[in-house]
Amino acid sequence: MKRLLVVLGAACFVVLLIGAMLDLAPASIALHAAVSANLPSSGVEHPVTAVLLNFRGYDTLLEIAVLLLALIVILAIGIDSTTDVRPAASPVLQALARLAAPLMIVVAVYLLWVGAFRPGGAFQAGAVLAAAAVLLHLAELLPGWQSPGLRLRLGLAGGFLIFLAVAAGLLFQGALLEYPPEQAGWMILLIESGLTVSLGLILAGLFLLLSRDDGDRS
Amino acid sequence: MSLEFVFDLLLALAIIWSAWRSLSASRLDLAIVMFIVFGLLMALAWARLSASDIGLAEAAIGAGLTGALLLDAYGALKRREA
Repeated sequence: MKRLLVVLGAACFVVLLIGAMLDLAPASIALHAAVSANLPSSGVEHPVTAVLLNFRGYDTLLEIAVLLLALIVILAIGIDSTTDVRPAASPVLQALARLAAPLMIVVAVYLLWVGAFRPGGAFQAGAVLAAAAVLLHLAELLPGWQSPGLRLRLGLAGGFLIFLAVAAGLLFQGALLEYPPEQAGWMILLIESGLTVSLGLILAGLFLLLSRDDGDRS
Repeated sequence: MSLEFVFDLLLALAIIWSAWRSLSASRLDLAIVMFIVFGLLMALAWARLSASDIGLAEAAIGAGLTGALLLDAYGALKRREA
């Protein structure tokens, strides 16, 4: 009886949801037109990148800060390193990882560069970099991070610091993150390059710091 | 019915099916694999909605990284039990 009621309730909810989807109210502000109109002054040609890095750059700045904060919290908690032994990675996996990792780095750089014209950008490129690091770690070619050194810490925070420096530098010319149109292109590329490296390291760090038990074995 | 509509319908059904299988799987490893499948299908759906930016991010982070993390966690759980 109880089960029937739950199923009935869920079914009603689904019908309501579908009904709501069918007559969605039109958006009250036409942001689409505003973005298209201002695209030439944004420094990039792809509307999504223009919104993420130029028109709403503030959001992206806070986003990378949140990700960095998440990693710092992981470092602060200090996951206990239990000593468990993995089965050794197979040579086939190692050979494949060795082949794939350079290709993934090339794909990451391509995604970063192409973000100005078509789908792509720093977040996707960073995710591909992180995936390469995770793959290498799983193939036991890259040890887990015991305690990050100075260079790694700089790399983790670098993207955020570059972004913040550009934002602070632009503060003198008026508003936060309001690029002058003729310099917007290379400023966005600079920020995105920093973001790619940092995001790759942060996302990889979420994995490599959590499984740092691997390093103690050798 | 055009070919695109059939593809979208199949995609929507496959997403719901993989989500359900992921939630209802009795074995943890099976659930994780179905979750990765779900993520990849979601990436396809985003691409069909011509939001390929989100599709790329979903494939890389949602399916790739999260899937690897979940599989690693599963492996750690299993080793601890043994």
